[in-house]
Amino acid sequence: MTPVIEGWFTTGAEPRLLASRCTRCSNVVFPPVSSAAGAAAFYCRNPACDGQEQDSVELSRRGRVWSYTDAQYQPPAPYQPAGDPFQPFALAAVELPEGLVVLGQVADGYGVSDLKVGTEVELVVETLNVDETGERTIYRWKPIAGQEASA
Amino acid sequence: MSVVITGAGMHPWGKWGRDFTEYGVHAARAALADAGIAWADVDLVVGGETVRNGYAGYVAGSTFAQALGWNGARIATSYAACATGAQAIDTARARILAGMSEVALVVGADTTPKGFLAPNAGERWNDPDWLRFRLLGMTNPAYFALYARRRMDLYGATSEDFAQVKVKNAKHGLANPYARFRKESTVAEVLASPVVCDPLHLLDICATSDGAAAVVLTSADYAKRHGIASPVTVAAVSTVTPTFPNTVIDMPLLATDSSAVTGVPERTFKEAIGQAAYEEAGIDPSEVDVAEVYDLSTALELDWIEDLQLCKRGEAEALLRAGDTTLGGRIPVNPSGGLACFGEAVPAQAIAQVCELTWQLQGRAEGRQVEGAKVGITANQGLFGHGSSVILSV
Repeated sequence: MTPVIEGWFTTGAEPRLLASRCTRCSNVVFPPVSSAAGAAAFYCRNPACDGQEQDSVELSRRGRVWSYTDAQYQPPAPYQPAGDPFQPFALAAVELPEGLVVLGQVADGYGVSDLKVGTEVELVVETLNVDETGERTIYRWKPIAGQEASA
Repeated sequence: MSVVITGAGMHPWGKWGRDFTEYGVHAARAALADAGIAWADVDLVVGGETVRNGYAGYVAGSTFAQALGWNGARIATSYAACATGAQAIDTARARILAGMSEVALVVGADTTPKGFLAPNAGERWNDPDWLRFRLLGMTNPAYFALYARRRMDLYGATSEDFAQVKVKNAKHGLANPYARFRKESTVAEVLASPVVCDPLHLLDICATSDGAAAVVLTSADYAKRHGIASPVTVAAVSTVTPTFPNTVIDMPLLATDSSAVTGVPERTFKEAIGQAAYEEAGIDPSEVDVAEVYDLSTALELDWIEDLQLCKRGEAEALLRAGDTTLGGRIPVNPSGGLACFGEAVPAQAIAQVCELTWQLQGRAEGRQVEGAKVGITANQGLFGHGSSVILSV
Protein backbone atom coordinates (compact mmCIF):
# COMPACT_ATOMS: atom_id res chain seq x y z
CA MET A 1 0.00 0.00 0.00
CA THR A 2 1.40 3.37 -0.98
CA PRO A 3 -0.12 6.83 -0.69
CA VAL A 4 -1.44 8.08 -4.03
CA ILE A 5 0.48 11.27 -3.38
CA GLU A 6 3.65 11.65 -1.34
CA GLY A 7 3.95 13.94 1.67
CA TRP A 8 0.30 14.90 2.18
CA PHE A 9 -0.55 12.60 5.10
CA THR A 10 0.98 10.14 7.55
CA THR A 11 -0.19 6.54 7.51
CA GLY A 12 0.13 5.20 11.07
CA ALA A 13 -2.68 4.06 13.36
CA GLU A 14 -3.64 7.70 13.89
CA PRO A 15 -2.95 9.34 10.52
CA ARG A 16 -2.69 13.08 10.12
CA LEU A 17 -2.56 15.57 7.29
CA LEU A 18 0.81 17.20 6.68
CA ALA A 19 0.82 20.94 6.08
CA SER A 20 3.53 23.51 5.39
CA ARG A 21 4.15 26.28 7.92
CA CYS A 22 5.91 29.55 7.19
CA THR A 23 9.04 29.73 9.35
CA ARG A 24 8.55 33.49 9.72
CA CYS A 25 4.82 34.08 10.46
CA SER A 26 3.58 30.52 11.11
CA ASN A 27 0.84 30.69 8.44
CA VAL A 28 -0.18 27.14 7.59
CA VAL A 29 -1.08 25.86 4.10
CA PHE A 30 -2.55 22.62 2.86
CA PRO A 31 -1.79 20.89 0.51
CA PRO A 32 1.86 21.12 1.60
CA VAL A 33 4.16 22.95 -0.79
CA SER A 34 6.59 20.97 -2.89
CA SER A 35 9.86 21.92 -4.55
CA ALA A 36 8.54 20.20 -7.69
CA ALA A 37 6.30 23.26 -8.12
CA GLY A 38 9.29 25.62 -8.07
CA ALA A 39 10.55 28.17 -5.57
CA ALA A 40 7.38 30.27 -5.72
CA ALA A 41 5.48 27.47 -4.02
CA PHE A 42 7.35 28.36 -0.83
CA TYR A 43 6.41 32.04 -0.77
CA CYS A 44 4.21 32.73 2.24
CA ARG A 45 0.60 33.51 1.23
CA ASN A 46 0.16 35.99 4.05
CA PRO A 47 0.51 39.36 2.24
CA ALA A 48 2.08 40.88 5.36
CA CYS A 49 4.89 38.31 5.32
CA ASP A 50 7.72 37.83 2.82
CA GLY A 51 8.79 34.47 4.21
CA GLN A 52 10.15 31.97 1.69
CA GLU A 53 10.80 28.94 3.88
CA GLN A 54 8.30 26.40 5.10
CA ASP A 55 8.60 23.56 7.53
CA SER A 56 6.32 20.56 7.80
CA VAL A 57 3.65 20.27 10.51
CA GLU A 58 0.91 17.80 11.28
CA LEU A 59 -2.65 19.14 11.35
CA SER A 60 -5.26 18.19 13.95
CA ARG A 61 -6.80 14.83 13.23
CA ARG A 62 -10.31 15.96 14.11
CA GLY A 63 -12.44 18.72 12.65
CA ARG A 64 -16.03 19.73 11.97
CA VAL A 65 -17.91 19.45 8.70
CA TRP A 66 -18.23 22.81 6.88
CA SER A 67 -20.34 21.19 4.16
CA TYR A 68 -20.72 17.91 2.29
CA THR A 69 -22.04 16.27 -0.87
CA ASP A 70 -21.52 13.14 -2.92
CA ALA A 71 -20.69 12.00 -6.45
CA GLN A 72 -23.51 9.92 -7.84
CA TYR A 73 -21.97 9.75 -11.31
CA GLN A 74 -18.43 8.67 -12.11
CA PRO A 75 -16.19 11.75 -12.34
CA PRO A 76 -14.11 12.10 -15.51
CA ALA A 77 -10.40 11.15 -15.72
CA PRO A 78 -7.93 11.57 -14.12
CA TYR A 79 -10.31 10.19 -11.46
CA GLN A 80 -9.77 6.42 -11.31
CA PRO A 81 -12.77 4.46 -10.02
CA ALA A 82 -12.06 1.91 -7.28
CA GLY A 83 -14.11 -0.72 -9.10
CA ASP A 84 -16.62 -1.52 -11.80
CA PRO A 85 -19.46 -0.67 -11.64
CA PHE A 86 -18.79 2.76 -10.17
CA GLN A 87 -19.81 3.15 -6.51
CA PRO A 88 -21.01 6.63 -5.46
CA PHE A 89 -18.98 8.22 -2.67
CA ALA A 90 -19.41 11.18 -0.34
CA LEU A 91 -17.22 14.27 -0.03
CA ALA A 92 -16.79 16.66 2.89
CA ALA A 93 -15.17 20.03 3.48
CA VAL A 94 -13.86 19.98 7.04
CA GLU A 95 -12.92 22.92 9.23
CA LEU A 96 -9.81 22.23 11.32
CA PRO A 97 -8.67 23.99 14.51
CA GLU A 98 -5.76 25.42 12.47
CA GLY A 99 -8.29 27.77 10.81
CA LEU A 100 -8.57 26.17 7.39
CA VAL A 101 -11.12 24.00 5.58
CA VAL A 102 -9.84 20.86 3.83
CA LEU A 103 -11.76 18.88 1.21
CA GLY A 104 -11.68 15.12 1.24
CA GLN A 105 -13.66 12.03 0.41
CA VAL A 106 -15.73 10.52 3.21
CA ALA A 107 -14.73 7.10 4.57
CA ASP A 108 -16.12 3.95 2.95
CA GLY A 109 -19.53 3.00 4.28
CA TYR A 110 -20.62 6.57 5.09
CA GLY A 111 -22.85 8.82 3.03
CA VAL A 112 -24.48 12.23 3.18
CA SER A 113 -27.17 10.91 5.55
CA ASP A 114 -24.44 10.44 8.17
CA LEU A 115 -23.38 14.09 7.99
CA LYS A 116 -24.57 17.55 8.99
CA VAL A 117 -22.82 20.92 9.00
CA GLY A 118 -20.93 20.74 12.30
CA THR A 119 -20.56 16.94 12.48
CA GLU A 120 -17.24 15.96 14.07
CA VAL A 121 -15.05 13.80 11.84
CA GLU A 122 -11.58 12.34 12.04
CA LEU A 123 -8.94 11.50 9.49
CA VAL A 124 -8.50 7.94 8.25
CA VAL A 125 -6.46 6.47 5.40
CA GLU A 126 -8.17 4.11 2.95
CA THR A 127 -7.65 2.65 -0.50
CA LEU A 128 -8.48 5.03 -3.34
CA ASN A 129 -7.77 2.68 -6.23
CA VAL A 130 -5.55 -0.20 -7.26
CA ASP A 131 -3.01 0.11 -10.06
CA GLU A 132 0.05 -1.82 -11.28
CA THR A 133 1.94 -0.79 -8.12
CA GLY A 134 -0.79 -2.12 -5.84
CA GLU A 135 -3.21 -0.30 -3.56
CA ARG A 136 -2.98 3.49 -3.63
CA THR A 137 -4.19 5.13 -0.43
CA ILE A 138 -5.76 8.51 0.31
CA TYR A 139 -6.84 10.44 3.43
CA ARG A 140 -10.57 10.48 4.14
CA TRP A 141 -12.98 11.95 6.70
CA LYS A 142 -14.83 9.53 8.94
CA PRO A 143 -17.75 10.59 11.16
CA ILE A 144 -16.98 9.93 14.81
CA ALA A 145 -19.29 7.19 16.03
CA GLY A 146 -21.97 7.83 18.62
CA GLN A 147 -22.24 11.59 18.32
CA GLU A 148 -25.47 13.51 17.81
CA ALA A 149 -25.39 15.23 14.40
CA SER A 150 -25.96 18.91 14.98
CA ALA A 151 -25.47 22.09 12.99
CA MET B 1 -15.89 61.67 -18.14
CA SER B 2 -17.89 58.48 -18.23
CA VAL B 3 -18.00 55.44 -20.46
CA VAL B 4 -21.26 54.31 -22.03
CA ILE B 5 -22.56 51.26 -23.81
CA THR B 6 -23.89 52.32 -27.18
CA GLY B 7 -24.69 48.91 -28.62
CA ALA B 8 -25.20 45.30 -27.53
CA GLY B 9 -25.46 42.16 -29.61
CA MET B 10 -25.53 38.39 -29.15
CA HIS B 11 -25.49 35.15 -31.08
CA PRO B 12 -28.15 32.75 -29.75
CA TRP B 13 -26.82 30.22 -27.21
CA GLY B 14 -27.03 26.55 -28.24
CA LYS B 15 -24.97 23.53 -29.12
CA TRP B 16 -24.25 24.58 -32.66
CA GLY B 17 -20.83 22.91 -33.04
CA ARG B 18 -19.42 25.62 -35.32
CA ASP B 19 -16.26 27.71 -35.04
CA PHE B 20 -16.43 30.28 -32.21
CA THR B 21 -15.30 33.01 -34.63
CA GLU B 22 -18.63 32.80 -36.49
CA TYR B 23 -20.58 33.42 -33.30
CA GLY B 24 -18.28 36.25 -32.28
CA VAL B 25 -18.54 38.07 -35.60
CA HIS B 26 -22.31 37.64 -35.57
CA ALA B 27 -22.53 39.22 -32.08
CA ALA B 28 -20.03 41.96 -32.99
CA ARG B 29 -21.93 42.97 -36.11
CA ALA B 30 -25.21 42.96 -34.14
CA ALA B 31 -23.68 45.22 -31.47
CA LEU B 32 -22.25 47.63 -34.07
CA ALA B 33 -25.61 47.78 -35.90
CA ASP B 34 -27.33 48.37 -32.56
CA ALA B 35 -24.98 51.30 -31.91
CA GLY B 36 -25.22 52.61 -35.47
CA ILE B 37 -21.41 52.67 -35.59
CA ALA B 38 -19.39 51.41 -38.56
CA TRP B 39 -16.69 48.76 -38.05
CA ALA B 40 -14.26 51.19 -39.69
CA ASP B 41 -14.73 53.56 -36.72
CA VAL B 42 -13.75 50.98 -34.09
CA ASP B 43 -10.24 51.74 -32.79
CA LEU B 44 -9.98 49.00 -30.14
CA VAL B 45 -11.10 45.37 -30.10
CA VAL B 46 -10.95 43.40 -26.85
CA GLY B 47 -11.54 39.68 -27.21
CA GLY B 48 -12.46 37.27 -24.44
CA GLU B 49 -10.08 34.34 -24.72
CA THR B 50 -11.39 30.80 -25.12
CA VAL B 51 -9.03 28.05 -23.98
CA ARG B 52 -10.74 25.24 -25.91
CA ASN B 53 -10.30 26.43 -29.46
CA GLY B 54 -6.57 26.37 -30.11
CA TYR B 55 -4.37 29.33 -30.99
CA ALA B 56 -7.24 31.33 -32.52
CA GLY B 57 -8.91 31.24 -29.12
CA TYR B 58 -5.76 32.36 -27.26
CA VAL B 59 -5.55 35.47 -29.46
CA ALA B 60 -9.31 36.08 -29.61
CA GLY B 61 -8.95 39.87 -29.99
CA SER B 62 -6.88 39.35 -33.11
CA THR B 63 -9.12 36.55 -34.37
CA PHE B 64 -12.25 38.72 -34.26
CA ALA B 65 -10.48 41.78 -35.68
CA GLN B 66 -9.14 39.77 -38.59
CA ALA B 67 -12.51 38.08 -39.23
CA LEU B 68 -14.20 41.49 -39.35
CA GLY B 69 -11.47 42.62 -41.78
CA TRP B 70 -8.26 44.28 -40.52
CA ASN B 71 -9.01 47.94 -39.92
CA GLY B 72 -5.84 48.86 -38.03
CA ALA B 73 -7.54 48.89 -34.61
CA ARG B 74 -5.53 48.17 -31.47
CA ILE B 75 -6.33 44.82 -29.94
CA ALA B 76 -6.24 43.13 -26.54
CA THR B 77 -7.22 39.68 -25.31
CA SER B 78 -8.42 38.95 -21.78
CA TYR B 79 -8.65 35.76 -19.83
CA ALA B 80 -10.17 35.49 -16.36
CA ALA B 81 -12.10 32.19 -16.59
CA CYS B 82 -15.82 32.89 -16.03
CA ALA B 83 -14.97 36.54 -15.33
CA THR B 84 -13.29 36.98 -18.73
CA GLY B 85 -16.00 39.24 -20.14
CA ALA B 86 -15.89 41.70 -17.25
CA GLN B 87 -12.12 41.95 -17.50
CA ALA B 88 -12.41 42.58 -21.26
CA ILE B 89 -14.95 45.34 -20.61
CA ASP B 90 -12.68 46.78 -17.92
CA THR B 91 -9.75 46.90 -20.36
CA ALA B 92 -11.84 48.74 -22.97
CA ARG B 93 -13.22 51.13 -20.38
CA ALA B 94 -9.77 51.99 -19.02
CA ARG B 95 -8.46 52.83 -22.49
CA ILE B 96 -11.45 55.07 -23.22
CA LEU B 97 -11.12 56.80 -19.83
CA ALA B 98 -7.44 57.41 -20.56
CA GLY B 99 -8.41 59.14 -23.80
CA MET B 100 -6.62 56.49 -25.84
CA SER B 101 -9.70 55.04 -27.52
CA GLU B 102 -12.97 56.47 -28.81
CA VAL B 103 -14.86 53.37 -29.88
CA ALA B 104 -14.14 49.97 -28.36
CA LEU B 105 -15.69 46.66 -29.36
CA VAL B 106 -15.70 43.90 -26.73
CA VAL B 107 -16.44 40.36 -27.93
CA GLY B 108 -16.57 36.96 -26.23
CA ALA B 109 -17.47 33.67 -27.91
CA ASP B 110 -17.07 29.97 -27.21
CA THR B 111 -17.65 26.48 -28.53
CA THR B 112 -17.85 24.03 -25.61
CA PRO B 113 -17.72 20.25 -25.22
CA LYS B 114 -20.50 18.17 -23.64
CA GLY B 115 -20.65 16.87 -20.07
CA PHE B 116 -18.53 17.61 -16.97
CA LEU B 117 -15.78 20.11 -17.69
CA ALA B 118 -12.65 17.97 -17.24
CA PRO B 119 -9.04 19.12 -16.80
CA ASN B 120 -6.49 19.14 -19.61
CA ALA B 121 -4.79 15.82 -20.38
CA GLY B 122 -1.47 14.65 -18.86
CA GLU B 123 -0.27 14.02 -15.30
CA ARG B 124 0.07 17.26 -13.37
CA TRP B 125 0.78 16.54 -9.71
CA ASN B 126 1.19 20.23 -8.85
CA ASP B 127 -2.01 21.47 -10.53
CA PRO B 128 -4.98 21.66 -8.14
CA ASP B 129 -7.37 21.44 -11.09
CA TRP B 130 -5.89 18.04 -11.96
CA LEU B 131 -5.41 16.85 -8.38
CA ARG B 132 -9.02 17.49 -7.38
CA PHE B 133 -10.15 14.93 -9.95
CA ARG B 134 -7.31 12.44 -9.39
CA LEU B 135 -7.38 12.43 -5.59
CA LEU B 136 -10.99 13.26 -4.75
CA GLY B 137 -13.16 12.93 -7.87
CA MET B 138 -14.28 16.49 -7.11
CA THR B 139 -16.26 17.81 -10.11
CA ASN B 140 -17.59 21.34 -10.57
CA PRO B 141 -21.14 20.35 -9.50
CA ALA B 142 -19.67 18.91 -6.28
CA TYR B 143 -18.41 22.39 -5.33
CA PHE B 144 -21.84 23.88 -6.17
CA ALA B 145 -23.41 21.18 -4.00
CA LEU B 146 -21.24 22.07 -0.99
CA TYR B 147 -22.58 25.63 -1.10
CA ALA B 148 -26.15 24.38 -1.62
CA ARG B 149 -25.99 21.94 1.30
CA ARG B 150 -24.66 24.66 3.57
CA ARG B 151 -27.73 26.80 2.78
CA MET B 152 -29.97 23.88 3.75
CA ASP B 153 -28.24 23.15 7.05
CA LEU B 154 -27.70 26.79 8.08
CA TYR B 155 -30.71 28.64 6.65
CA GLY B 156 -33.35 25.97 6.14
CA ALA B 157 -33.30 26.02 2.33
CA THR B 158 -35.11 23.08 0.73
CA SER B 159 -34.74 21.20 -2.55
CA GLU B 160 -38.09 22.78 -3.47
CA ASP B 161 -36.54 26.25 -3.02
CA PHE B 162 -33.68 25.36 -5.36
CA ALA B 163 -36.16 23.92 -7.88
CA GLN B 164 -38.21 27.11 -7.62
CA VAL B 165 -35.18 29.13 -8.79
CA LYS B 166 -35.12 26.97 -11.92
CA VAL B 167 -38.88 27.38 -12.41
CA LYS B 168 -38.54 31.17 -12.10
CA ASN B 169 -35.59 31.45 -14.47
CA ALA B 170 -37.16 29.09 -17.01
CA LYS B 171 -40.21 31.34 -17.08
CA HIS B 172 -38.08 34.48 -17.39
CA GLY B 173 -36.18 33.05 -20.36
CA LEU B 174 -39.25 31.98 -22.34
CA ALA B 175 -39.33 35.19 -24.38
CA ASN B 176 -35.55 35.64 -24.70
CA PRO B 177 -34.56 34.97 -28.31
CA TYR B 178 -30.93 34.34 -27.28
CA ALA B 179 -31.70 31.68 -24.65
CA ARG B 180 -30.92 28.06 -25.49
CA PHE B 181 -33.59 26.44 -23.29
CA ARG B 182 -36.99 28.10 -23.68
CA LYS B 183 -39.38 25.81 -21.92
CA GLU B 184 -41.32 26.12 -18.68
CA SER B 185 -40.17 23.94 -15.83
CA THR B 186 -41.95 22.67 -12.72
CA VAL B 187 -40.69 21.92 -9.24
CA ALA B 188 -41.76 18.27 -9.69
CA GLU B 189 -39.75 18.03 -12.91
CA VAL B 190 -36.58 19.35 -11.25
CA LEU B 191 -36.99 17.03 -8.26
CA ALA B 192 -37.60 14.07 -10.58
CA SER B 193 -34.34 14.69 -12.48
CA PRO B 194 -31.42 12.55 -11.24
CA VAL B 195 -29.33 13.74 -8.29
CA VAL B 196 -25.85 14.53 -9.60
CA CYS B 197 -24.25 15.71 -6.37
CA ASP B 198 -26.54 15.69 -3.36
CA PRO B 199 -28.59 17.89 -2.91
CA LEU B 200 -28.40 19.13 -6.50
CA HIS B 201 -30.42 17.54 -9.28
CA LEU B 202 -29.44 17.59 -12.92
CA LEU B 203 -31.91 20.43 -13.58
CA ASP B 204 -30.37 22.50 -10.77
CA ILE B 205 -27.06 22.61 -12.64
CA CYS B 206 -26.31 24.67 -15.72
CA ALA B 207 -25.19 23.14 -19.00
CA THR B 208 -22.31 24.29 -21.20
CA SER B 209 -23.19 26.06 -24.44
CA ASP B 210 -21.90 27.71 -27.56
CA GLY B 211 -22.68 31.42 -27.80
CA ALA B 212 -21.33 34.92 -28.24
CA ALA B 213 -21.97 38.38 -26.87
CA ALA B 214 -20.58 41.79 -27.73
CA VAL B 215 -20.88 45.38 -26.60
CA VAL B 216 -19.71 48.66 -28.10
CA LEU B 217 -18.26 51.12 -25.58
CA THR B 218 -17.58 54.80 -26.22
CA SER B 219 -17.07 57.89 -24.11
CA ALA B 220 -20.29 59.67 -23.14
CA ASP B 221 -18.98 62.61 -25.12
CA TYR B 222 -18.57 60.54 -28.30
CA ALA B 223 -22.13 59.22 -27.95
CA LYS B 224 -23.45 62.75 -27.57
CA ARG B 225 -21.48 64.13 -30.54
CA HIS B 226 -22.78 61.34 -32.75
CA GLY B 227 -26.37 61.61 -31.56
CA ILE B 228 -26.48 57.99 -30.34
CA ALA B 229 -29.85 57.26 -28.74
CA SER B 230 -30.19 55.97 -25.14
CA PRO B 231 -26.61 55.16 -24.15
CA VAL B 232 -26.27 53.26 -20.87
CA THR B 233 -23.63 54.38 -18.37
CA VAL B 234 -21.01 51.93 -17.13
CA ALA B 235 -21.07 53.01 -13.47
CA ALA B 236 -18.64 50.38 -12.19
CA VAL B 237 -16.60 47.37 -13.25
CA SER B 238 -15.32 45.40 -10.28
CA THR B 239 -12.56 42.94 -11.10
CA VAL B 240 -11.15 42.58 -7.58
CA THR B 241 -9.17 39.58 -6.34
CA PRO B 242 -9.57 37.91 -2.93
CA THR B 243 -8.06 39.36 0.23
CA PHE B 244 -6.08 36.92 2.39
CA PRO B 245 -7.30 34.77 4.00
CA ASN B 246 -9.88 33.47 1.52
CA THR B 247 -11.95 31.38 3.91
CA VAL B 248 -14.61 29.97 1.56
CA ILE B 249 -13.49 26.94 -0.42
CA ASP B 250 -13.12 27.95 -4.07
CA MET B 251 -13.20 25.70 -7.11
CA PRO B 252 -10.77 24.07 -8.00
CA LEU B 253 -8.86 24.25 -4.70
CA LEU B 254 -8.58 21.48 -2.10
CA ALA B 255 -8.46 23.76 0.94
CA THR B 256 -9.00 27.35 2.05
CA ASP B 257 -6.39 29.71 3.43
CA SER B 258 -5.91 29.53 7.19
CA SER B 259 -7.39 32.39 9.21
CA ALA B 260 -5.26 31.53 12.27
CA VAL B 261 -2.61 34.23 11.78
CA THR B 262 -4.76 37.15 10.63
CA GLY B 263 -8.35 36.35 11.68
CA VAL B 264 -11.42 36.10 9.46
CA PRO B 265 -11.76 39.00 6.98
CA GLU B 266 -14.69 41.42 7.14
CA ARG B 267 -16.07 40.22 3.79
CA THR B 268 -15.87 36.97 1.88
CA PHE B 269 -14.43 37.21 -1.63
CA LYS B 270 -17.87 37.14 -3.26
CA GLU B 271 -19.15 39.83 -0.90
CA ALA B 272 -16.10 41.96 -1.71
CA ILE B 273 -16.77 41.71 -5.46
CA GLY B 274 -20.16 43.43 -5.16
CA GLN B 275 -19.00 45.86 -2.46
CA ALA B 276 -16.19 47.14 -4.70
CA ALA B 277 -18.71 47.74 -7.50
CA TYR B 278 -21.09 49.66 -5.23
CA GLU B 279 -18.26 51.80 -3.88
CA GLU B 280 -16.96 52.60 -7.34
CA ALA B 281 -20.42 53.52 -8.61
CA GLY B 282 -21.42 55.43 -5.49
CA ILE B 283 -24.63 53.41 -5.58
CA ASP B 284 -26.33 51.72 -2.65
CA PRO B 285 -27.60 48.12 -2.93
CA SER B 286 -31.10 49.45 -2.14
CA GLU B 287 -31.03 51.41 -5.43
CA VAL B 288 -30.62 48.28 -7.59
CA ASP B 289 -33.65 47.51 -9.79
CA VAL B 290 -32.45 44.35 -11.52
CA ALA B 291 -29.61 41.83 -11.16
CA GLU B 292 -28.03 39.25 -13.46
CA VAL B 293 -26.11 36.77 -11.32
CA TYR B 294 -24.15 33.64 -12.12
CA ASP B 295 -26.51 30.74 -11.43
CA LEU B 296 -24.09 27.88 -12.18
CA SER B 297 -26.52 26.12 -9.87
CA THR B 298 -29.96 27.20 -8.67
CA ALA B 299 -28.69 27.43 -5.08
CA LEU B 300 -25.79 29.65 -6.13
CA GLU B 301 -28.28 32.30 -7.29
CA LEU B 302 -29.46 32.54 -3.67
CA ASP B 303 -25.86 32.97 -2.45
CA TRP B 304 -25.25 35.79 -4.95
CA ILE B 305 -28.42 37.64 -3.92
CA GLU B 306 -27.00 37.85 -0.40
CA ASP B 307 -23.43 38.51 -1.54
CA LEU B 308 -24.75 41.54 -3.49
CA GLN B 309 -26.57 42.76 -0.34
CA LEU B 310 -29.97 42.59 -2.01
CA CYS B 311 -31.13 40.98 1.26
CA LYS B 312 -29.50 39.91 4.52
CA ARG B 313 -27.52 36.66 4.89
CA GLY B 314 -29.89 33.71 5.11
CA GLU B 315 -32.91 35.57 3.73
CA ALA B 316 -32.69 34.78 0.02
CA GLU B 317 -35.13 31.88 0.31
CA ALA B 318 -37.72 34.22 1.88
CA LEU B 319 -37.20 36.66 -0.99
CA LEU B 320 -37.65 33.86 -3.53
CA ARG B 321 -40.75 32.44 -1.83
CA ALA B 322 -42.36 35.90 -1.71
CA GLY B 323 -41.85 36.28 -5.47
CA ASP B 324 -39.58 39.29 -4.94
CA THR B 325 -36.97 37.98 -7.38
CA THR B 326 -39.52 37.13 -10.08
CA LEU B 327 -40.36 39.59 -12.88
CA GLY B 328 -42.87 42.03 -11.40
CA GLY B 329 -41.37 41.55 -7.92
CA ARG B 330 -39.31 43.96 -5.83
CA ILE B 331 -35.90 43.00 -7.22
CA PRO B 332 -36.08 40.70 -10.27
CA VAL B 333 -33.04 38.43 -10.56
CA ASN B 334 -31.95 36.92 -13.87
CA PRO B 335 -34.73 38.31 -16.09
CA SER B 336 -32.74 36.93 -19.05
CA GLY B 337 -33.42 33.43 -17.76
CA GLY B 338 -29.86 33.20 -16.42
CA LEU B 339 -27.51 30.28 -16.94
CA ALA B 340 -30.50 28.00 -16.33
CA CYS B 341 -31.79 29.02 -19.78
CA PHE B 342 -28.46 29.72 -21.45
CA GLY B 343 -25.90 27.20 -20.26
CA GLU B 344 -22.43 28.61 -19.80
CA ALA B 345 -20.34 29.90 -22.72
CA VAL B 346 -17.41 30.97 -20.54
CA PRO B 347 -15.79 33.97 -22.29
CA ALA B 348 -19.15 35.29 -23.51
CA GLN B 349 -21.20 34.93 -20.35
CA ALA B 350 -20.20 38.03 -18.36
CA ILE B 351 -20.68 40.10 -21.53
CA ALA B 352 -24.11 38.50 -22.05
CA GLN B 353 -25.07 39.62 -18.54
CA VAL B 354 -24.14 43.18 -19.53
CA CYS B 355 -26.08 42.92 -22.83
CA GLU B 356 -29.20 41.91 -20.90
CA LEU B 357 -28.89 44.79 -18.43
CA THR B 358 -28.29 47.22 -21.31
CA TRP B 359 -31.58 46.21 -22.91
CA GLN B 360 -33.36 46.23 -19.54
CA LEU B 361 -32.19 49.79 -18.81
CA GLN B 362 -33.16 50.90 -22.32
CA GLY B 363 -36.62 49.39 -21.86
CA ARG B 364 -36.05 47.01 -24.80
CA ALA B 365 -36.17 43.60 -23.07
CA GLU B 366 -39.30 42.46 -24.85
CA GLY B 367 -41.35 39.91 -22.94
CA ARG B 368 -39.08 40.07 -19.86
CA GLN B 369 -38.84 43.80 -19.13
CA VAL B 370 -38.26 45.00 -15.57
CA GLU B 371 -40.50 48.08 -15.66
CA GLY B 372 -38.72 51.36 -15.03
CA ALA B 373 -35.31 49.78 -14.35
CA LYS B 374 -32.63 52.48 -13.88
CA VAL B 375 -29.83 50.58 -12.11
CA GLY B 376 -28.65 47.03 -12.77
CA ILE B 377 -25.83 44.89 -11.40
CA THR B 378 -24.13 41.73 -12.67
CA ALA B 379 -22.06 39.29 -10.65
CA ASN B 380 -19.87 36.33 -11.32
CA GLN B 381 -16.57 34.82 -10.26
CA GLY B 382 -13.85 33.15 -12.31
CA LEU B 383 -11.54 30.35 -11.16
CA PHE B 384 -8.32 31.40 -9.39
CA GLY B 385 -9.50 34.65 -7.84
CA HIS B 386 -11.24 36.56 -10.63
CA GLY B 387 -14.03 38.83 -9.44
CA SER B 388 -16.62 40.26 -11.83
CA SER B 389 -19.40 42.72 -11.15
CA VAL B 390 -20.64 45.44 -13.48
CA ILE B 391 -23.09 48.18 -12.54
CA LEU B 392 -24.99 49.95 -15.31
CA SER B 393 -27.24 52.96 -14.85
CA VAL B 394 -29.36 55.40 -16.85
